[in-house]
Amino acid sequence: MLKSKTFPSLVGILLLLALLPFGVSGYILGLLTLGYYTAVFAMSWDLLFGFAGEVNFGPSFLIGVGAYTAGLLNHYYTWPIWACVISGGAMSIIAGLLLAVPALRLKGPYFGLVTLVAVLMLQNFIVLFAGITGGEIGLDLPDVLAVDDGSNYWIALAFMGVSGLILFGLSRSAVGLILQASGQDAVQAGALGFNVTKHKLAAFCISALFSGLSGAMLIFYEGTVSVGTVVDIAVGVQVIIAAVLGGRRTILGAALGAVFLIGMGEMLRPLGEASTFVVSAIALVTIMFVPGGFLGALLHGEKR
Amino acid sequence: MKFLQILVDGFAISSLYGVGAIGFTLIFGVSGVLNLSHGSIMVAAAIGAWAMAGDLGFGAVGGAAGGVAVGVALALITYTLVVRPIQTSSRIAREEKEIFVLTGTLLWGIMVQEALAYLFTSNPKTVRPLIAGVVDIFGVRTPTQEILTALISWAAIGLLWLLVNRTKAGKVLLAASINPRGLTLLGFELPTIYFWVWALYGLLAGVAGVLLGSFLGVSSDNVGQLTASAFSIVVLGGLGSVTGSLIGAYVVGYLETITAYSGAPSIRTVPVLLLLVLVVYIRPQGLMGRR
Repeated sequence: MLKSKTFPSLVGILLLLALLPFGVSGYILGLLTLGYYTAVFAMSWDLLFGFAGEVNFGPSFLIGVGAYTAGLLNHYYTWPIWACVISGGAMSIIAGLLLAVPALRLKGPYFGLVTLVAVLMLQNFIVLFAGITGGEIGLDLPDVLAVDDGSNYWIALAFMGVSGLILFGLSRSAVGLILQASGQDAVQAGALGFNVTKHKLAAFCISALFSGLSGAMLIFYEGTVSVGTVVDIAVGVQVIIAAVLGGRRTILGAALGAVFLIGMGEMLRPLGEASTFVVSAIALVTIMFVPGGFLGALLHGEKR
Repeated sequence: MKFLQILVDGFAISSLYGVGAIGFTLIFGVSGVLNLSHGSIMVAAAIGAWAMAGDLGFGAVGGAAGGVAVGVALALITYTLVVRPIQTSSRIAREEKEIFVLTGTLLWGIMVQEALAYLFTSNPKTVRPLIAGVVDIFGVRTPTQEILTALISWAAIGLLWLLVNRTKAGKVLLAASINPRGLTLLGFELPTIYFWVWALYGLLAGVAGVLLGSFLGVSSDNVGQLTASAFSIVVLGGLGSVTGSLIGAYVVGYLETITAYSGAPSIRTVPVLLLLVLVVYIRPQGLMGRR
């Protein structure tokens, strides 16, 4: 495919983005920072859906487990940030495995339902143990990543860059191809001698790892962890919309969609409650008329 | 005493859940669509009834009828504007239709929810009951409306049963769920059948929504919860099985009522979720589902 040209141009774009703090206001930087973390959520989701063909309706389960693990460790034991973030990622993998090992035996809507139920359970669990978790209000964290907008922006950009390159590289590797084959026709992929379940499980773990890491990073950017920002179904829906809008099966499109969605939400803020309506309407029209998403539409001429 | 109270309240809420869930399972059984805008259609019907009975001055009965009409209209709009175009689109690969219908109806549901919140605010609304008053059942003081809720629910379920099992149109519906291709060979137009199924679904969802609105009250914030509970009931009972959905509705309704009455209303959905996970792992096709 476009492999030889894509990597250098991606690095180029990332370097260009790294220059932004010298030119734009802190407000825009803050917005992009949020967009970059959401981009990692969306890219992780795309690896699972676009390639492995598994619809995970609960991306915020993996995000929430990572975020709350990191948050609790920091709040109660004042572990340093890096240790909290790594533990968050590790815990996400464990939670992902607990969810995926039995759930991957299920197909289509059932898998989706179990992942959805996982989110509802996590949410109920957090509210039930409000004494420890802070319930609906959430926990504030003693540590933050950085104080000024520029540093926060660079941290987020570097994190997104590294995660994105790994996820993108993975999707273009042999493993990505096998995943894609398993997603499209599991029986034939199995007949060719590939262990479909093992590959899907690996995809789930990688997706969980990056979702968890990003969730943990996000809360240290915001300085608080709460249900509304990392667990709520609405968070998961936003991730899904971002990935579908940007273009499934592209990884990069998911990042594009996420930044677009965050920016759009902010631009439409003056509309108040109607802004969610407009964003959903745009997403609906996109999936109905341009099912390939932004990137799919862009690459259409090149690919087919 | 408490036991009787649970028995009575649980029965009304379960019957109501049953009507909503049967509609949900009907479209899945006949056309293979999981409609994630279910909750918003129910809430729209309830708010429609509330607005027409209240501000617009149609009275309780007129309001209820209007609410059901809103449900039917919205179901048909969902089908023609969202579901049908995705199903017939040549740009979407066939194996991806299912996920696109799921995402599409989800987005559409959010749009309806936000529109309702924008037009009518997200404050909880209670639809004016059709009849007022309280009746004593074995020492449990029960609002008459609660009994009416159960009666109307069962009447709707009974009529649906008659329609499916005793009429020619019902036979066509059954045939569509078993072998759609065979039906087209006999000269039936599938799109026409789907259209009527969606109308029927809108009727059931509308009735369930209006009843829910007069029984517990609704708010546009309930949309997600309602869709999730219909989904849970239907999966519990077995996707596409009407009898299964009814059993599922009673299991969920009573489990929620028992949890709420044993002093933990904040976690009333947790036991249901646990049961659901258990059923999905042990018997993914649900209690009455066919493979």
